[in-house]
Amino acid sequence: MKKWTELVPGAVVLEAGSSAKFKTGSWRTFRPEWLQENCIQCLMCWLYCPDMAVKVADGKMTGFDYDYCKGCGVCAKECPGKQGKKAIIMKPEGK
Amino acid sequence: MGKVVAVTGNEAVANALRQADPDVCSLYPITPQTDIVQRFSSFVANGVVQTELLNAESEHSAMSAAIGASAAGGRVVTATSSQGLALMWEMLHIASGMNLPIVMPLVNRALSAPLNIHGDHSDGMGARDTGWVQLWSESAQEAYDNTIMAFRVAEHADIRLPVMVCMDGFIVSHSIARMEYLGDEEVKNFIGPYQTVNPLLDMEHPKSFGPLILTDLYHEYKRLQHEIMGRVKNVVLQVSDEFEKLSGRKYGLFESYRLDDADIALVILNSAAGTSKDVVDELRDKGIKAGLLKPRLFRPFPYEEIGKALKHLKAVCVMDRADSFGGYGPMFMEISSAMYQADGNGKRPKLINKIYGLGGRDYMPSDARQVLLELNEIAGGAPVTAVKEYIGVRE
Repeated sequence: MKKWTELVPGAVVLEAGSSAKFKTGSWRTFRPEWLQENCIQCLMCWLYCPDMAVKVADGKMTGFDYDYCKGCGVCAKECPGKQGKKAIIMKPEGK
Repeated sequence: MGKVVAVTGNEAVANALRQADPDVCSLYPITPQTDIVQRFSSFVANGVVQTELLNAESEHSAMSAAIGASAAGGRVVTATSSQGLALMWEMLHIASGMNLPIVMPLVNRALSAPLNIHGDHSDGMGARDTGWVQLWSESAQEAYDNTIMAFRVAEHADIRLPVMVCMDGFIVSHSIARMEYLGDEEVKNFIGPYQTVNPLLDMEHPKSFGPLILTDLYHEYKRLQHEIMGRVKNVVLQVSDEFEKLSGRKYGLFESYRLDDADIALVILNSAAGTSKDVVDELRDKGIKAGLLKPRLFRPFPYEEIGKALKHLKAVCVMDRADSFGGYGPMFMEISSAMYQADGNGKRPKLINKIYGLGGRDYMPSDARQVLLELNEIAGGAPVTAVKEYIGVRE
């Protein structure tokens, strides 16, 4: 850990992208689960995720990065699903 | 070249801000400060300054905008009074914690309730623990000079801290007095171009302001803030020396008036110090060795220097134009601390505290005379009957 003499005044973080070092997945009480069969690949979940917890490869949703998902549920709320069936549902952690 | 004028304190400060030509001014009007931002808005409208003006919807927003603009990398000003400063409160801590050199004239005014628009120091004293540097001013001249120096102090590479320049509402802000402006070029050269430190708008070097810092590092960041605040005294003295070369007007951490050979003294801030100095002269003529100390830099408080300046006295009265209900007056607490630490070979002056002038109540020569005569009695061996007392109050 840094000493006070080693800190940047004003607590400015001079390094870009440093939030990747800060894993926030342990805050979660509800876990999003992806039901691939109902996913239309609209990427609304990726767009709305306030962190970087929706994994995308080659332009397609591939699942969640639970190291960063705080379980806010925005993705599940915004998911249009397919024919009325959600592709993301929230489940209580520990069940 | 300097120009002698007769102007109000607000006009003087507005012109100091004009001469500094800040990048951004975020504002919200409040009596008795309104006049400053109104005049400054005219400067912007008339193209006299290049400043971007932001009309905020509250003082909380005005300070928030100032913080954003300062972090972005601009020279930023705002101004306020009383409830406006109170509403800024949480943002004041953020400005100082983020080391943002915002300059803010504070036209001192009482706090509600009951509602009062007149001058006292409740607002500024309430902000003494916000991490801002505070310079206090007796007159329009001092408010103008302090405002100009505030840019140099705030933006100094050793500190980068927000600075509040305090002057008395109405008594100074709205009274016309003789003072001297510096030339626009002189001020421009004195303040110099704004130097950015870690500006947010430097796209080549992305960075974050305002991170979450918990138990692991918060304590260290506050230790750093304490360290930086400790450097302010030297910066203020250095800037004041340079300012004296420019203007011929000398400023220190505080003003000593006939103090060296005094037995008794008042410690008093801002405009009431002027009235008190007249009475000190009057008592000197009668053979009473009276003196006065007027703090200028109140945060950080120069404990050692003030302790040294007062330790030879027999009795001192600290005059507070604000109360800390349930405590002594705010300045009395500082002076008591300074005197307890001062090395006086086991001796220290008797200290009393008078609360005066709240909500703009007039402070008259008779008030100063009454207090100095009481001090003279105490210096002669009379007991202190009350440490803290209101004066100029109907009993």
